[in-house]
Amino acid sequence: MEKFSTHTGIGVPLRQSNVDTDQIIPAVYLKRITRTGFEDALFASWRKNPEFILNQEPFNAGSVLVAGADFGTGSSREHAVWALKDYGFKAVLSSRFADIFRGNSGKQGLVAAELAQDDIELIWKVLENAPGTEVTVDLQSKMVTAGTVAAPFQIDDYTRWRLLEGLDDIGLTLRDEPAITAFEATRPSFKPTTLPAKS
Amino acid sequence: MTEATTPDAQGPAQAPTVSATAPRRAAKTLAEKVWRDHVVKQGEGNGDAAQPDLLYIDLHLIHEVTSPQAFEGLRLAGRPLRRPDLTIATEDHNTPTLAIDKPIADLTSRTQIQTLRNNCKEFGVRLHSLGDAEQGIVHVVGPQLGLTQPGMTVVCGDSHTSTHGAVGALAFGIGTSEVEHVMATQTLPLKPFRTMAVNVEGTLRPGVSSKDIILAVIAKIGTGGGQGYVLEYRGSAIRALSMDARMTICNMSIEAGARAGMIAPDETTFEFLKGRPHAPVGAEWDAAVAYWKSLATEDDAEFDAEVSLDANTLEPFVTWGTNPGQGVSLNDAVPSPESFGDENAKAAAERALAYMDLEAGTPMKDIRVDTVFLGSCTNSRIEDLRAAADIIRGREKDPNIRMLVVPGSARVRLEAEAEGLDQVFLDFGAEWRFAGCSMCLGMNPDQLEPGERCASTSNRNFEGRQGKGGRTHLVSPVVAAATAVRGTLSSPSDLEPASTVA
Repeated sequence: MEKFSTHTGIGVPLRQSNVDTDQIIPAVYLKRITRTGFEDALFASWRKNPEFILNQEPFNAGSVLVAGADFGTGSSREHAVWALKDYGFKAVLSSRFADIFRGNSGKQGLVAAELAQDDIELIWKVLENAPGTEVTVDLQSKMVTAGTVAAPFQIDDYTRWRLLEGLDDIGLTLRDEPAITAFEATRPSFKPTTLPAKS
Repeated sequence: MTEATTPDAQGPAQAPTVSATAPRRAAKTLAEKVWRDHVVKQGEGNGDAAQPDLLYIDLHLIHEVTSPQAFEGLRLAGRPLRRPDLTIATEDHNTPTLAIDKPIADLTSRTQIQTLRNNCKEFGVRLHSLGDAEQGIVHVVGPQLGLTQPGMTVVCGDSHTSTHGAVGALAFGIGTSEVEHVMATQTLPLKPFRTMAVNVEGTLRPGVSSKDIILAVIAKIGTGGGQGYVLEYRGSAIRALSMDARMTICNMSIEAGARAGMIAPDETTFEFLKGRPHAPVGAEWDAAVAYWKSLATEDDAEFDAEVSLDANTLEPFVTWGTNPGQGVSLNDAVPSPESFGDENAKAAAERALAYMDLEAGTPMKDIRVDTVFLGSCTNSRIEDLRAAADIIRGREKDPNIRMLVVPGSARVRLEAEAEGLDQVFLDFGAEWRFAGCSMCLGMNPDQLEPGERCASTSNRNFEGRQGKGGRTHLVSPVVAAATAVRGTLSSPSDLEPASTVA
């Protein structure tokens, strides 16, 4: 995973709460077996509307999405994170994220930064009054700046550490392989196995 | 900050702490006990200053949509799949429900299914393919085989994995990176969840079901209310429910924002499990039951949050909007956006009504639907089919309604056919399909047309979820059935007595 320290890019105000994963990427795009190339699928349904924010310049070149509360609710599809990243987003700002979406973001190097809703509203105003304003997301100091607004954000410290260091989760866990093997030796024998198959 | 050092000299010297995590305390609730019994390595630190625990996973369920990139990741890293014997796969999300003996017409779907078959073969994973008697929706298949048991940790790259919490397992959905992580290590690094008690006391009235309980819970706490929590459903109304009904409730925990929902194992659970293919037998059964009984939440346990619902006054529930929290009693009317105090909720309601083509003040029961979908991991089990069949038996379908009945698994379909339920649905004029996720998310050809309105027993009423431009009202199986009779959103109590001549 790439290290993330700080990012500055055009902010995109998405004034909507409950942006669910079916809106971020409709299910029809989940049939692909690759991990990249999902940029066309991002907000596919909404992007058919010429009024949609990502169809407006300069927002179409945005890389920091500023969304309403409960972003990423619904399905566990990591494709939602892949689509945001493939489009060019480096960070999403919201006052509340769905748990699975936030977890998936952390695994893929997309920063899901949790801000107070009041601060989100302030940033929306900045971005709407001066389209193209760049937003800086500083993971070191856990601060977002946009124009005259500077606001702190929350992110799980462990996730932040992994993002700052660009660490691979599986590699980290496999350092504890002896502990996993030791745990397996203690599992009760009544626990089921899928093999051999019984019916 | 704790002084936790990573063993790798190349890595940074210190792993930092995790904020806003659950307080670490003696395990007294069901969720905490199951967690405690799966900790491979406890994260350093306490409360807010804790690193993630490394949690062992007892069962990993796999399907075609969220696994190909994970298998590819293993291959690229040269890693084996650690425990094929704790892993099982089925084909469900984009399988057709018609002509299943023919090659899948959609090329991308066919490729994805074939990729799953190739991967399972390469990595030694048990797979139930289309046409197999154990194929079906992954969350119907697991409990049916007796593979999901109390006290287990169960994961799947699907958010409705919460379903398995109905047997007293800690079960939750994961993303594809985590799928790969479980494949490689049989563990996940996770910080403890907080706990929320959902107390439902009283007795449900006739025509009111567990679907109405969970829709009412979601309307009450909101789609984000459960975030960070494991919900434990408790109280006399929950205890009185069958396993199938309990699965419906736990299934939709994710729609309240909770990754997992659980119900303490009891005699209903044991009765359900006994004799299933993978349930323990003999002395192992006795040892298992003794352990399962020990998992119940203790009387003096503390939850981080509690909510209560009165089962006695609950009415059939239905959604009017485009998220599962936008629901009302079926006897109510479409709410006015003005009735929401919060500006964002008001804007969301306005947008939802525009998408749903509804006007505030319209009685829900005046809303005419085009399609009725009985299926999905929420409501496609044998009891769901029986309940719906009981409503339509001896009645006529509204001629303008299209009704799709999609059993949750091939086994459920066989069981229903043995009871003659297929004939009840066919006589009524419904379509009797093969098992799969089907119109719940429309990855296969079962989709709504733009503008088409559907009463659906599934779990999500998101924009376009069941087909581009489709409009979804979430309902219980008996409300779905009554709606198919009258053509408008209806409860069973709205129906004329059935003709006795079937």
